[in-house]
Amino acid sequence: MKRPILGQNAAQAVLFFALLLAVPYGLPNEYYLSICILGSLNAVIAVGLNLLMGYAGQVSLGHAAFYGLGAYATAICTTRFGLPIPVGMAAGVTLAAAVAWIVALPTLKLKGNYLAMATLGFGIIVSIVFNEAVDLTGGPSGFVGIPRLALFGHTFESDHGYYNLMAVVLTLVVLLALNLMKSRTGRALRALHVSEKAASSLGVDIAAHKRFVFVLSAALAGLAGVLYAHYLSFIAPASFGFSFSVQLVVMVVLGGMASVWGSVAGAFFLTALPEALREFEDIDILVYGAILVLTIMYLPDGLAGGIKRLSRKLRRTGVDDARS
Amino acid sequence: MPAANAVSPAPPAPLLDVCAATVRFGGIHALTEADFAIARGSVTALIGPNGAGKTTMLNAITGMVPLTSGDIRLDGADIAGLPPHKRAAAGVVRTFQNLEVFTSMSVLENVMAGRHALTRYTVAASILRTPGFRRAEAACREAALDCLEFVGLADEADTPAGDLPYGKQRLLEMARALAADPKLLLLDEPAAGLNSKETARLGDLIRAVCDRRHVTVGLVEHDMELVMAVSDHITVLHFGHPLAAGTPDAIQANPEVIKAYLGEDE
Repeated sequence: MKRPILGQNAAQAVLFFALLLAVPYGLPNEYYLSICILGSLNAVIAVGLNLLMGYAGQVSLGHAAFYGLGAYATAICTTRFGLPIPVGMAAGVTLAAAVAWIVALPTLKLKGNYLAMATLGFGIIVSIVFNEAVDLTGGPSGFVGIPRLALFGHTFESDHGYYNLMAVVLTLVVLLALNLMKSRTGRALRALHVSEKAASSLGVDIAAHKRFVFVLSAALAGLAGVLYAHYLSFIAPASFGFSFSVQLVVMVVLGGMASVWGSVAGAFFLTALPEALREFEDIDILVYGAILVLTIMYLPDGLAGGIKRLSRKLRRTGVDDARS
Repeated sequence: MPAANAVSPAPPAPLLDVCAATVRFGGIHALTEADFAIARGSVTALIGPNGAGKTTMLNAITGMVPLTSGDIRLDGADIAGLPPHKRAAAGVVRTFQNLEVFTSMSVLENVMAGRHALTRYTVAASILRTPGFRRAEAACREAALDCLEFVGLADEADTPAGDLPYGKQRLLEMARALAADPKLLLLDEPAAGLNSKETARLGDLIRAVCDRRHVTVGLVEHDMELVMAVSDHITVLHFGHPLAAGTPDAIQANPEVIKAYLGEDE
């Protein structure tokens, strides 16, 4: 009955990290590397959003706003205010978390579609601010001249260096999510997803847990935003609008609800897919849509669920009679 | 004070003491000035015809429905103002008439979730997997397995809870509630949907909860055979108001109860 569950998450994370580090050596050119960096940024957000959506069952249609808040906060701090980059980064993550905390107060009392609507509205408001506060954000034409990331005296000039940094960040985020979900907090979130009544009757503070996971997922989106700004050194409101919020939700659903690895897979898949479909030229959007529809139809529990079922099927051919 | 009264010792304070509880939903009085007490170490049943307010009483005790007036004391402490999760932490834990099993989790995880309030470590400790976290998780797991063993579900620990048959889901809810180490376990129609064999086993289990685990039990139930077999004390509710209270024998012989419960023609 005893199984060594301890260290299992860490072992998976180490393997994942090694895989991430190996990826650049299999890529034909630098361009693909930048796709991988964007993919890992999206994966950081998707993992955080999955904690909120997949585990705790709270839908957010405004997560792009937290991503944007992180990006703009560090951009403004490091250029307009001339603050050091680490300070700007901390400010970005903190701002996203703080705004989420405030937004959580009224909205997390709402359920289901109403929560989705409230976060949708919030995302639109933030998007308007990015567009209209021209003095601060540069408006629709964007914010230029954000310094390239420099930490501990090292400037991340090359994409390869930046990608390695993202590999570290994404691995840590994945490990954080895996560990957190396999603890009393994770159990409480999954419990309240199924039945708030039963969870509260067992001593789970529903409001506190919902607020915690909302703030955590916003902070991770803010972290991704910070790293995005210092990677591209140019940001514009269009990257943080409603359509990106929806894309994030699709990454989570397509990857597999309540699966950390699924979100990573979903994020990389959806980031790479438009690039892979370039050769279809005019009909690429149609093919993109068709792939999404087919995936959801045939893999209702996402990429993660599909892979799990496949591996179970393969294993069953060998050890069918061991289970009884 | 007359000397004759001083000889008989004062009755011990009940573990749960609901005093003049009134619950109104709009114009409907679900409970009217209802008193209900559960003695420490007893199995106390709350019975009554449909719509008598039994489940409302349970909801009021666990904080799922606000009292319009009245008070609720657990172990002498007023809990009427506490939110549900704090009442659970104070020692009142319940099961549900319509099963509320966490279907997305394994059987063991369900029961471990039941130990939420007793498993103490910070979020940072769980992310960093500190020794303190590991100890607390191991203890949580152990206690959960013990509860599963107690209800006879130890073999199902790794089964997805949603895959369990109905009767076993009821047992799982009981194990999950017991995992919270309650002072008072409230069971809302635990025999609903069970066949007679399962019901008999449930009766033994309820007695064992009280006698072996020393958890006081409050029982809302329609199955009179079960109620009479396991209860030390019975309170009868009728139209949101207590009609009678006493031992099973006294209740069965009470003409008021027979009239209210079975209808006058029987």
